[in-house]
Amino acid sequence: MNEVRSMSWESVIGIEVHVELSTKSKMFCGCVVEFGAEPNTNVCPVCLGLPGALPVPNRKAIEWIMAIGLAFNCEVSERSVFHRKSYFYADLPKGYQISQFDIPVCHDGYLDVSVDGETRRIGIERAHMEEDTGKSTHVGDGGRIHSAQSTLLDFNRSGVPLVEIVTRPDIRGAFEARAYAQKLRAVVAELGASDARLEEGSIRFDANVSIRPVGSETLGTKVEVKNMNSFRSLERAVDFEIERQIALVEGGGKVIQETRHWDEEAGVTHSMRVKEGSSDYRYFTEPDLVPMVMSEQWVSEVRASLPELPDDRKARYEAHGLDADLAGVLSGSPPEMRRIYEEATAAGADSRRAANWLTGEVAAWLRRTETEPSHLTLDASQLGGLVEIVDEGVVSSSAAKEVLVGVLEGEGSPRQVAETRDLIQISDTSALEEIVDGVLADNPEAVDSYRAGEQKVVGFLVGQVMRVSQGKADPKVVNSLLAERLSS
Amino acid sequence: MSLHELSVVEAGRRLRAGETSSVELLEANLDRASRTEAQIHAYLTIDREGAREAASQADADLADGIDHGPLHGIPVALKDNMCTRGIETTASSQILAGYVPPYDATVVARLRDAGAVIVGKTNLDEFAMGSSTENSAYGTSYNPWDISRVPGGSSGGSAAAVAAGSAFVALGSDTGGSVRQPASLSGVVGLKPTYGTVSRYGLIAFASSLDQIGPLSRSVEDSAVTLETIWGHDPLDATSHAGEYPTPSAALEKGVSGLRIGVVRELAGEGYEPAVESGVSGMIDRLSDAGGEVTEVSLPTFEIALSAYYLIAPAEASANLARFDGIRYGLRVDGSTTEELMARTRAEGFGPEVLRRILLGTYALSAGYYDAFYGQAQKVRSAIQSDFSRAYEEVDVLVSPTSPTVAFEAGARVDNPLAMYLSDICTIPSNLAGHPAISVPIGVDDGNLPIGFQVMAPALGETVMFQAAAEVERLAAFTARPILAEVAS
Repeated sequence: MNEVRSMSWESVIGIEVHVELSTKSKMFCGCVVEFGAEPNTNVCPVCLGLPGALPVPNRKAIEWIMAIGLAFNCEVSERSVFHRKSYFYADLPKGYQISQFDIPVCHDGYLDVSVDGETRRIGIERAHMEEDTGKSTHVGDGGRIHSAQSTLLDFNRSGVPLVEIVTRPDIRGAFEARAYAQKLRAVVAELGASDARLEEGSIRFDANVSIRPVGSETLGTKVEVKNMNSFRSLERAVDFEIERQIALVEGGGKVIQETRHWDEEAGVTHSMRVKEGSSDYRYFTEPDLVPMVMSEQWVSEVRASLPELPDDRKARYEAHGLDADLAGVLSGSPPEMRRIYEEATAAGADSRRAANWLTGEVAAWLRRTETEPSHLTLDASQLGGLVEIVDEGVVSSSAAKEVLVGVLEGEGSPRQVAETRDLIQISDTSALEEIVDGVLADNPEAVDSYRAGEQKVVGFLVGQVMRVSQGKADPKVVNSLLAERLSS
Repeated sequence: MSLHELSVVEAGRRLRAGETSSVELLEANLDRASRTEAQIHAYLTIDREGAREAASQADADLADGIDHGPLHGIPVALKDNMCTRGIETTASSQILAGYVPPYDATVVARLRDAGAVIVGKTNLDEFAMGSSTENSAYGTSYNPWDISRVPGGSSGGSAAAVAAGSAFVALGSDTGGSVRQPASLSGVVGLKPTYGTVSRYGLIAFASSLDQIGPLSRSVEDSAVTLETIWGHDPLDATSHAGEYPTPSAALEKGVSGLRIGVVRELAGEGYEPAVESGVSGMIDRLSDAGGEVTEVSLPTFEIALSAYYLIAPAEASANLARFDGIRYGLRVDGSTTEELMARTRAEGFGPEVLRRILLGTYALSAGYYDAFYGQAQKVRSAIQSDFSRAYEEVDVLVSPTSPTVAFEAGARVDNPLAMYLSDICTIPSNLAGHPAISVPIGVDDGNLPIGFQVMAPALGETVMFQAAAEVERLAAFTARPILAEVAS
């Protein structure tokens, strides 16, 4: 039943992302932007909306949105205008939010997202500049607004610069929504435009979800889903909402335009309010501000200042000979790890092996030891040395993992570690003959089984040799010795 | 002439000559206030203590050879929509009852830096919405020339204080004529400078794209020196003019010989009192005699300026006044939900005219009506600007009455908003264009009520505007003073 159903419907998803910029000061005043400060300490007449206070735009924030737009392949408008978006809410101090309406700073871009090995191009409709609101904390009875006894307001966040990035309805399915969000976060983090911490709310997602019969070109009624604070909850919420709408329509119901709240614990969406038309916000040009003018020269300065972005880097890594997956993982790795890779390969190390080591064992060690990548002491020559001693057969690839741990723990160069930890591979035939013969003598049943035709006992015997040699025996030599002895 | 009747410039001369002191000037104003306030109610707050301290400081500085300029030691009154640190600022609204700002508006800071003495805060129509000062939550102000009449508005308190001698000069704000119209009705000089030249930071906004602070004074020269004290680029106001500023005080003696003066055809006729029309045309004749090249100029869009203004100003006001929600400051009327608290606070805190304009503005910006109302009004605004531009190809300044009528009876228009709105028909176009304009008293009618003459100029044309205004003042030789019985309060 489920399969039949999903064959006949497709989901159409657009995502709105709010990114808090990591500027030193707020969007329209000089207050410090800082997460976790004592409530209402980073405030002034402007961000408290005191009578008479006026906004003055933060130039750096405008440069950040230009950078984001360029990274998302957008056009940067030559001239852009702030609007007032009016609504009453306790944490909105002026009774309007300074936002943008018909002339956003950036428009018409895209982001390529890799989904199941395929590249999906997600259209970006616009990226506009606005200010954040304060923060309401509802006190009493579960923190829900309707049952709260009182509300505490913190205006530290009020006026923090926000970039809202809006996609076209190009996303199909919850997994793709998640992939887009992850990619967006990676790009924004790469730019340094935001702290990009989901758990601190510096990136927030809203999803517009609708369904339509497969093959249909018209858009269904969309529902806005809010309150997803992780990639996982975004995926779950979108997935839930798609299923809810399909079940609703198939049960003879009708999707209504509304805003729904994702309940992470219950794993469901609840109706928050029936959506008002956007014009109820009574947008009009913000008369306290003059239009922003993004000159060609300014745009090209910002463009020139952009770092290498994940997509470009991935392409470059693929040109080094890495496959798409490995190139993707490495290009998304912390900058400290990529630097080691770049230096080691520049010095002649094999790119695939260097990348494998970094994304595999090094990354695993960082996780296991809970070490910040910035505290990594591994350098390029150590990584190169490690690849080298494996190539030369000085250590086995399994022993090399232990060598790496020694290197990461500051015990010296790979060769030194291999020696001090006694991991140098025994490839010398005469030294191994003794061990092989000993193992054969200790396991007559295995030898009998082999001779009775059970060839797979070779593996067991190799294992025994490795055990006795404490992993140092060169498996190639062991294999040939065993073959020789058993067939004689 | 009594001390309280002196001009800023003359008072300053006497201060520097050691003939008087800032404390004496202030006491003259305070004494005058104590004898006139019961009748005219110009002030909402008089800061006697702060003012006396500032005056003593000004005297001490001068004695030490520190001279902060033309306003040094001069008592100044401020319209109560300019934020003053530590002094209650209400915009004449119940919703801001008891509100004490934590900061000074830029103009206030500049006045203090210039050694001026802040006497107190003057009455206005609530949030500067009105033309009579009757829309104040704290009582009407009355005209010193006839206390049964209004002083005009919305800067009526500032106009009355300067006319009555309870301040040497005052600041008002002009959104559609709110400095010039009360100046005209109260027999003082009132200036609206070029939009963006005087910082709006700390001015409680009515309509941000139109609001501009300007002085009300007893002479054209006082107006120029006060303007030069308060204007200049302010990094706290993104609409502040960042380029060069002219020096209008240097042009006061130049006369009008060869100056091209345009008389606005549309600002005459029906609705204009005969005394106003004859006073204005008499002045135009004298300007011509003085060498001015007078021509009649037509600016047809002036006929629809009032309609555009009453969409644009309320639209901006509807957003500007949204912050008064009972959450963070001012009046709070409790409710069982946040929405109810906000709705009750606003319903009780705002007066009827403010509510009317918020509703008008909200409607004009609403879905489906925006294009027909706000959008259309913006087009009219552009057309007015084009009309002005065309006119200024032919003339240097434009002249007209400031107000179609002299001061009207208190209560006469309170129930007829449209009649009240017509008070600003001559002044609104300059606000919509962002241009400077000044009102100069030129005489009185049969009932001893002052008549104002308006001089308009293009943006940043303050120099030529003051040049003409100073000549108007000389030609008018207006020396009449209000006959105001002093009543000890």
